Amino acid sequence: MKNKEMTFWLFITPVLLSLSLVVILPVLMGIFYSFTNWDGLNFTAFVGMDHYRRLIGDEQFLQSLWFTVRFALTSIILLNVIGLGLALLVTSKLKSRNLLRTIFFMPNLIGGLILGFIWQFIFIRVFSTIGDVIGVEVLKGWLSTPATGFWGLVILTVWQMAGYIMIIYIAYLQGVPKELMESAEIDGATPGQKFRHVIFPLIAPAFTVTMFLTLSNSFKIYDQNLSLTGGGPYNSTQMVAMNIVDTAFSGNQMAYGQSKAIVFFVIVAIISLSQVYYNKKREVDL
Amino acid sequence: MKKKKWSIYVLEVFGLLLGLVWISPFYLMIVNSFKDPRGIFSNVLTPPSELNFVNYQQAFEDLQFVRSFFNSLMITVASVVIIILFSSMAGYALARNKSKLSSMILLLFVAAMLIPFQSVMIPLTSNFGQIGMLNRVGLIIMYLGFGCSLSIFLYHGAMTGISVTLDEAARMDGANKLQIFWRIIFPLLKPISVTVAILNVIWIWNDYLLPSLVLGNSSQTIPIRMFYFFGQYTRQWHLALAGLTIAIIPVIIFYFTSQKQIVEGVAEGAVK
Repeated sequence: MKNKEMTFWLFITPVLLSLSLVVILPVLMGIFYSFTNWDGLNFTAFVGMDHYRRLIGDEQFLQSLWFTVRFALTSIILLNVIGLGLALLVTSKLKSRNLLRTIFFMPNLIGGLILGFIWQFIFIRVFSTIGDVIGVEVLKGWLSTPATGFWGLVILTVWQMAGYIMIIYIAYLQGVPKELMESAEIDGATPGQKFRHVIFPLIAPAFTVTMFLTLSNSFKIYDQNLSLTGGGPYNSTQMVAMNIVDTAFSGNQMAYGQSKAIVFFVIVAIISLSQVYYNKKREVDL
Repeated sequence: MKKKKWSIYVLEVFGLLLGLVWISPFYLMIVNSFKDPRGIFSNVLTPPSELNFVNYQQAFEDLQFVRSFFNSLMITVASVVIIILFSSMAGYALARNKSKLSSMILLLFVAAMLIPFQSVMIPLTSNFGQIGMLNRVGLIIMYLGFGCSLSIFLYHGAMTGISVTLDEAARMDGANKLQIFWRIIFPLLKPISVTVAILNVIWIWNDYLLPSLVLGNSSQTIPIRMFYFFGQYTRQWHLALAGLTIAIIPVIIFYFTSQKQIVEGVAEGAVK
């Protein structure tokens, strides 16, 4: 018995140790530091709720938070609509379906940093050229205003992640029984009716998965933000993740940055926990 | 019947057009990477008049591509091997041990997935800095810490399909726990190991923020080098685009050589 316990610990010690060093200890220290005047190395005093009080009046942080919320909501709607559309397209009888699947998924493998730089070129150089040629003013000056920065980030994110969402929907679509589709066809259902009354109810569980996945992913975006807009113009497109990095490492306000990081943690945890809650509830309903 | 054929045809054309739109950023990147600044200015949409590799030569040198490629490769491979090694062992131990403590430890790993990177990065880099571990070894340990949760979760799930009778038979034959795991169980976990490897390779290869905080200016990876390179050549699109193309080539090769496993692995990781 003793021997058995020994091997158990032997097998889990490496991961337990690294998780403690890398995640658990830092998050506990982070909570603690957010109540002190920690400078990255030492602290000399407790400041209580000062950082959190300051945070409520920090316009840049609140603006980043609001921008992130708007960005996340816009992205999850577009990502799910387009992701599902792509999934339906590549599971249809098209000859090009395999090629299309390859193409749609490709951006997903490349880092957000690199994709952001590519799209910077598209938005700044290509858009303005096309705008000149066809005489559309809307295509000029992209990424130089808050609105175009916002939509630029949305387009980049949707383009990058739609293939990922597509893959998840495909997994669920393949679970729709063929017999069901065939009998619907025999009963004379149109493609629209088949989708609404047969496919849609059967893939409903996929929505919970993709909704929360896209929500927490869009909330945590950093690389794309950094490379596409860099937060500009005038920090108007700065998201929460970037605001935290900037406060801590550029602004050198470690404890204050950490208090933002804790608020960020709480928001992300609430999003993820409600996902777990809804999943559990759905399983019970079934 | 005729109507149906016609609608399939329309859908086919629509699909192909959408596919073209989808890859157009790559097309635009590649065609303009061969032009000089004037060529990009005069026409951004058409293919280059000649295949000129001058931009590539300079980008290749300025990216220090050979060095950053091998740095990225070394960090990715080492991290992924360690993640597979230790996560599979832990997944196995946690699945076979039915005690309350065991399920609580599993819950701890799953709960740790809720914590976003930005919430731990400041104390993390400070701690590792104080013990002189802001280097590649420290980075690999961090990847194990961040990556092990999902990997253990996947291994633990896969273990439910592997019967305990296998362990018992091997024990009868005189194998110890370590031998049972490495000789019997680990080979059976191969499909999930492929999934774990793919998910972690995609993440670690492309990761920018963590290595930039840990490695700083030394031993740079492709994303870090790309960031500095781009800053250096702001608005010098011909060089920037050549650099971006070079940086993407390894990923594209990886994608086309193991596309099936990648798509399956990503689906498995997401749906769970």
